Amino acid sequence: MMSWETVIGLEIHAQLATRSKIFSSAATAYGAAPNAQANLVDLGYPGVLPVLNREAVRMAVKFGLAIGAQISPRSIFARKNYFYPDLPKGYQISQYEKPVVEKGKMQILLEDGTIKVVGITRAHLEEDAGKSLHEDFHGASGIDLNRAGTPLLEIVSEPDMRSAKEAVAYLKKIHTLVRYLEICDGNMQEGSFRCDANVSVRPIGQEKFGTRCEIKNLNSFRYIEKAINYEVARQIEEIEAGRKIKQETRLFDPDKGETRSLRSKEEANDYRYFPDPDLLPVVIEQDFIESVRTTLPELPDQKAARYIEKFGLSAYDAGVLTASREMGDYYEGVLAALKSQNLEGNEKLAANWTMGELSAALNKDGVEVTESKIDAARLAGLLARIADETISGKIAKEVFESMWAEGKDADAIIEAKGLKQITDTGAIEKTIDEVMAANPKQLADYRSGKDKLFGFFVGQVMKVTGGKANPAQVNDLLKKKLAG
Amino acid sequence: MSLTDHDVKNIAHLARLALTEEQVPVYVDSLSKIFDFVAQLNAADTASVEPMAHPLAGQVQRMRPDEVLDSDQHGKYQRNAPRVEADLYLVPKVIE
Amino acid sequence: MTELHHLTLAELNEGLRARRFSSVELTKHFLARIERLNPTLNALITVTTEQALAAAQRADELLASGEAGALAGLPLIHKDIFCTDGVLTTCGSRMLANFVAPYDATIVEKLSQSGVVMLGKANMDEFAMGSSNETSYYGPVKNPWDLKKVPGGSSGGSAAAVAARLAPVATATDTGGSIRQPAALTGLTGLKPTYGRVSRYGMIAFASSLDQAGTLTYTAKDAALVLRDMAGFDPRDSTSVDMPVPDYVAALDQPLQGLKIGLLKEFFEGGLEESTGKLIREALQVYERLGAQLIEVSLPNLPLSVPTYYVVAPAECSSNLSRFDGVRFGYRCENPKDLVDLYKRSRGEGFGAEVKRRIMTGTYVLSAGYYDAYYLRAQKVRRLITDDFARAFQQVDVLMGPTSPTPAFDIGAKVDDPITMYLNDIYTIGANLAGLPALSIPCGSVGGLPVGLQIIGPHFAEAKLLNVAHGYQNETLWHRDIPKGYE
Repeated sequence: MMSWETVIGLEIHAQLATRSKIFSSAATAYGAAPNAQANLVDLGYPGVLPVLNREAVRMAVKFGLAIGAQISPRSIFARKNYFYPDLPKGYQISQYEKPVVEKGKMQILLEDGTIKVVGITRAHLEEDAGKSLHEDFHGASGIDLNRAGTPLLEIVSEPDMRSAKEAVAYLKKIHTLVRYLEICDGNMQEGSFRCDANVSVRPIGQEKFGTRCEIKNLNSFRYIEKAINYEVARQIEEIEAGRKIKQETRLFDPDKGETRSLRSKEEANDYRYFPDPDLLPVVIEQDFIESVRTTLPELPDQKAARYIEKFGLSAYDAGVLTASREMGDYYEGVLAALKSQNLEGNEKLAANWTMGELSAALNKDGVEVTESKIDAARLAGLLARIADETISGKIAKEVFESMWAEGKDADAIIEAKGLKQITDTGAIEKTIDEVMAANPKQLADYRSGKDKLFGFFVGQVMKVTGGKANPAQVNDLLKKKLAG
Repeated sequence: MSLTDHDVKNIAHLARLALTEEQVPVYVDSLSKIFDFVAQLNAADTASVEPMAHPLAGQVQRMRPDEVLDSDQHGKYQRNAPRVEADLYLVPKVIE
Repeated sequence: MTELHHLTLAELNEGLRARRFSSVELTKHFLARIERLNPTLNALITVTTEQALAAAQRADELLASGEAGALAGLPLIHKDIFCTDGVLTTCGSRMLANFVAPYDATIVEKLSQSGVVMLGKANMDEFAMGSSNETSYYGPVKNPWDLKKVPGGSSGGSAAAVAARLAPVATATDTGGSIRQPAALTGLTGLKPTYGRVSRYGMIAFASSLDQAGTLTYTAKDAALVLRDMAGFDPRDSTSVDMPVPDYVAALDQPLQGLKIGLLKEFFEGGLEESTGKLIREALQVYERLGAQLIEVSLPNLPLSVPTYYVVAPAECSSNLSRFDGVRFGYRCENPKDLVDLYKRSRGEGFGAEVKRRIMTGTYVLSAGYYDAYYLRAQKVRRLITDDFARAFQQVDVLMGPTSPTPAFDIGAKVDDPITMYLNDIYTIGANLAGLPALSIPCGSVGGLPVGLQIIGPHFAEAKLLNVAHGYQNETLWHRDIPKGYE
């Protein structure tokens, strides 16, 4: 049987987080009453004209710089002509021959730990369409044009991805990046960040691409993986059954987990693009580019590299902690608070707790790290008590739970519950003496060579001290005492 | 050049214009004449000429500040709409 | 005795300010003429009597208090292509027969602020597509010089109204000659400013890279008065040019001694009627007497302007008119069976034959496989023509020639042959393709029908054009001729 290779390219639509629309001064806020945010320009009224929003251009340039792309010194808006009820003018203002951003790239971390570079062909500015609501109005559809004219950055990748997992990894990286750059809120449920996938298969070793299908309606990371995997299997099955793949647009049905063909309209491809005569060439001067460059934050890849180099974190851990700007900010907030208490050198400890207990608690409550019930300073307060050996790691988990539930400082909980670690050698020795006295048989067995019983004695000492005895000290002292 | 009925019907469909059967031959005739007429353009030597989309050279797109200046006026704007319900513009059912 | 409608706009302005008559009197005078004469001419689609009287009342108050704008109290008619808040705005189409604009076009707003009194909205070729005003859904407009003749188009209603003295000024638009050709055919001064000089916001688009708003008046001086308040930068129009507006009135009396006039060789070819050509040459002699120098110039690519235009303009219009789909405004067909049917029948029934022809032409020249051969090539030839003009203006100050190859023709004479109709604009289209300012002034008549002299200038040379036209009008009286029956 033939082996197949999957080829995937993604087209991502990111709504830019401007206050007003790309060509009009109406608001872009989500969730307004129907048509309340569609002004005359958005409605395509006779006589009105578009004027470009500077902020949309600034955001596109920011993205271009972040992916190491070329910023076009002169880009052109074109009209893409087609009739659809959510497209009020009968054309979409987009960019065709000369997009604002060209030739960028993005690194993704594969499961085997290697890094892959995905090419980004272009990113162009365009206006979003409105929405057709299909609830039944006596057999009619209702059109809400609030979304019409919202700025979009369409980010088009090269067909560089070879599996659904790679596609998801790339999509997540772009998702992270646009939020780092604060140019898109990344909300997939509200449609601020959407994706279409171009999928094809070819026999391994063949250079020529197979016929591709475009899958639309991919509004979650999970759907994308499912949809691509379904589509790949479908295409292989078709070809192996001797049928040809038809180039078409397919829609993913999340309920059925399938893709299905959209009615193919013969003239659908004849968009009659031509330069929009209402808009002049967009000229981006070097000064403008440099002023945008100064606003670039540390990018996820740069931050991850710093974590690896300076803090000694693994590539995986660095990747997790930089997956969102907020998570990185939190982590670094913890480090800063520890530093202020002269407790440097606990970067791994802080990483483990941020990725472990904290992330688990956030997930459980379904809240973002910015809404965490334990802020970075408080977590640092807890880690400080581990670092200075006031409490053990095990007790710390208990303290963490109380902190999450009660919203108090670690110290207050340790104090109130009397969880402070016992580090007084005399006290620990006294407990050991008691335990040895209470367990003469085990003591005799141990001394006759049953080394395994060491753990039994540790357990007994911890039990008596309620887990508060310093484990390292217990080990040392026990060894001496048991030896007799 | 001469267009066929089929050509004219295709163009009319692309432009979403209903034509009656009697109108088709009229447009076949006049559109064919127009395309013959504009074929004069082939006489010009345009080999090294940049296309011109705007009449004023050197003008560039102005950019406006990102400000919201509009308030909700859908009631006023929808007075011209043939069919509105629940503040939505109604069209025959859209099938995807 | 001299009646109010015999006065130019400038004279009316003086009279108002000297309180020789009030704006209400003036407005009533013209409204009465409209009521009496418009039914024959069909020059107006809407008459805004009540609003006009209210605006005149306000103007009189402002004139009394000394706070009036430069054009306070002067009656004006707007071409029905300009959106007027709360007033029917049809663009001469069934598509917009019920369309009440919810906003004012920038020029409507600016002129209101100057105090003009809008009397009504002028008939026009449907969506400004036509050269004879015969494509209007509201029926053809008649030429007051001869009711069997067309007034020209597309601003035929504006031209007929001013020529018949129904108002001293009307706004108009010019995409391929739609101000200048009707001005020539009705004996008026018609000014098309430089592309970008006057805002296009609120002017219903035909071909966005060619459309420009201007005026139809009796004299160049009147045009200067109105343009001064109509022109200027508009942040709502990306193609509007941010340049100060000069005082066109102050520049009118510059001497014409030493003026270099280019005679366009190509303008004296191509179907120019001999009698029209003769009048143009006589007009040129007037300029020679005023000390101007005549220099023959050639624009070798100019003969391609009509075919270039009939690719570029339809391409842009096919896209601009896609918004008329029966959903948010305008005509909607009865009982559409599905979405495609809604679009096709609303548009098929709402647009007239010429508009449909141009939409189809434009759709075709932009479609896959034809874009390069038609649209892109036309855009390249457009540059060649523009470069020809630029070279000519290195040699001369202005270019002169006829506005139209013939005087007004019979209603119905050219409706069946689009090419013959399109060739009416052979002398005017070049200025639109190159974005140049141009005007037409009356320079005589043939068989009782006016003939126009066209003057074209370099970009933003409106002041020079008006100066040159005013110099001629100081020497001649053609602009004072009133058609019989309208005295």
